[in-house]
Amino acid sequence: MIEMHDIWKTYADGTSALNGVSVKIDRNEFVYLVGPSGAGKSTFMKLIYREEIPTKGEIFVNGFNIGKLKQRKIPYVRRNIGVIFQDFRLLPKLTIYENVAFAMEAIEAPRKVIKKRTMEVLELVGLKHKHKSFPSQLSGGEQQRVSIARAIVNNPAVIVADEPTGNLDPDTSLDIMNLLEEINFRGTTIVMATHNKEIVNSMRKRVIAIEHGNIVRDEQRGEYGYEI
Amino acid sequence: MKFSTLTRHIREGFKSILRNGWMSFASITSIFISLLILGVFILLALNMNAMASQIESQVQIRVFLETDVAEDVVADLQKQVGNIPEVSKLIYVSKEEGLAQLRDRMGEDNSDWLEGYNNENNPLPITFTVEVFEPKLVKSVADQIHSIAGTYETSPVADVKYGQGIVETLFKVTDAIRNAGYIVVAALSITAVLLISNTIRMTIVARQREISIMKMVGATNSFIRWPFFVEGALIGVITSVLTTAIVLIGYDQIINAFQYELSFLTMQLLPVKEVMALTSLTMIILGSFIGIWGSVMSVRKYLKV
Repeated sequence: MIEMHDIWKTYADGTSALNGVSVKIDRNEFVYLVGPSGAGKSTFMKLIYREEIPTKGEIFVNGFNIGKLKQRKIPYVRRNIGVIFQDFRLLPKLTIYENVAFAMEAIEAPRKVIKKRTMEVLELVGLKHKHKSFPSQLSGGEQQRVSIARAIVNNPAVIVADEPTGNLDPDTSLDIMNLLEEINFRGTTIVMATHNKEIVNSMRKRVIAIEHGNIVRDEQRGEYGYEI
Repeated sequence: MKFSTLTRHIREGFKSILRNGWMSFASITSIFISLLILGVFILLALNMNAMASQIESQVQIRVFLETDVAEDVVADLQKQVGNIPEVSKLIYVSKEEGLAQLRDRMGEDNSDWLEGYNNENNPLPITFTVEVFEPKLVKSVADQIHSIAGTYETSPVADVKYGQGIVETLFKVTDAIRNAGYIVVAALSITAVLLISNTIRMTIVARQREISIMKMVGATNSFIRWPFFVEGALIGVITSVLTTAIVLIGYDQIINAFQYELSFLTMQLLPVKEVMALTSLTMIILGSFIGIWGSVMSVRKYLKV
C-alpha cells in the first residue's frame, strides 16, 4: 500500500527531516508513528499525501509514484487518501453536512449518492443529528469526528492522521480511536502520528519510531517507548 | 464538467455571498461607492462635453458685403458660399433685417442712437450669416470666402468676421474641458479597479485556509475556482446594475427639479435617454469585469498549494 525506498527530505532552509527512510506498510495495517517533536513524523506523513516531495528516493502510495506525480494529477491521488489533522481543518462557512459532502462533490458524484453516503458516514461517526450545525457550534471531539467522516466518505484506501487526538481530552480521544479502529477493521490502512502514550500502549498496533530522520524501531504490537 | 457540477458551483457561489455576509458587504460597498463616483463624473463629463459643443456651435461667420453690390452679384456670391462643402447653413440678412436686429440689440435705452435711420437711408450692408458643420473649420471657411470674393473684378465682400482671436481661445477652453472630463473619468476608472480588486483580494486572502483545505480533500483547481468566479461575477453584476439605476434615477430627479431654475441658462442638461446607454454600459461592463477579474486573479494566487 505504502512503500518508501531510501527517502531523503531536506527543506529549502537546509533542515534535513528524513535521512534515508525505507519502509513498507501493507493494506489494512494500522501503524502508529511515534518519536520526539521534530523527528520527521510530519514530513513522513506529508510525503504520503503529496504535500511535500522527497529530495531523494521513491515513494509509492496505492501504486502511484508520488514524487513523480504531475501537478494536475495530484487531486486525483489525494481522493484516495483521507487526511485527518490535529486542528480538524473544517470549512468554517459550511455546515457539517456540507463539509463532508464537499469531498464527494469534488469527485463529481451524483447528488443523490452524495446525500445518501454523507448521511451514512455522519451516522457512523454519530453526528447525523447535527448535520445542519456549523463547525464552530461543535465540541473539539465532534469536530474531529466530522473530519474523520470527511476523510472516509470517498472510501479511501489510506487514512493519514497527524495527531488526531492531540487537542482532545482522554475520554474523547478514546472515542476517536475506537472510530479509527472500526474504520481500519472495515479495510482501510491507517497511519497515525501520535504522542499519546496511553493509546499506543493500550491499543497495541505496529509502532514505527522515528528519531533524527531515521527509523529507529519498527515493531508489531509495539509500545510507545518514550517517557513523557 | 457535468451539468450538475455547474449548478453546484452556481449554488455555492450564491451561498458563499450570503454566508460571508460582511466580506460580501465590503466588496459590494466598495464597488458601489467607486461606481457611484465614476457614474457621477461620467454624467458630468458628458454634459460638459455637450455644453462645449453647444458653445462651439454658436460660432458663426458673418460676411459683410460692400454697400453698393449689384443684386446678381449678391445672388451669385450667396450661391458660391452656400456651395462650400463645410457650410451647413447660410442666412441672407437684408439691410432692413440688419437694422431691425441692430435696434433689438441696442435695446430701449439706446434707441435714440439709431433715430432718424429708416429703410431709405439705411447705412448697413447686406450680410450673410454662415454656419459650418464643424465649428473648428470656421477659419478655413472664412479663408475660402475671402478667396471666392477675390475672383470678382471688385471684391463684393467688405469684411469676414468670425470672432478672430476669441474663437481660438474658446476652442482651447472647450478642448480643455473635454480633455479634463476624459482624464478624470479614466483616472476614476483605474482607481475603481484598484480599490475593488483590493477589497476582493482581501476577502479571498481571508479564505486562503479554505482553499488549502479544499485541495487537501482532492478538489481540482477549476473545481475550487468556479464558485469564486460565480461569486465575483454576481457581486459585480448585481452591484453595478444597482448603482447604474441609482445614478440614472438620481440624474433624472435633478433634471426634473431644476428644469425651470436652470432655464435662464441657454444650456440644458442632457436628457436621461441620451446619457443612459453610455453610462450604463461603461459602469456595468467595468463593474462585472472587476468582480470576475478580482476573484479569479486572487484565487489563482492561492491555488498552488
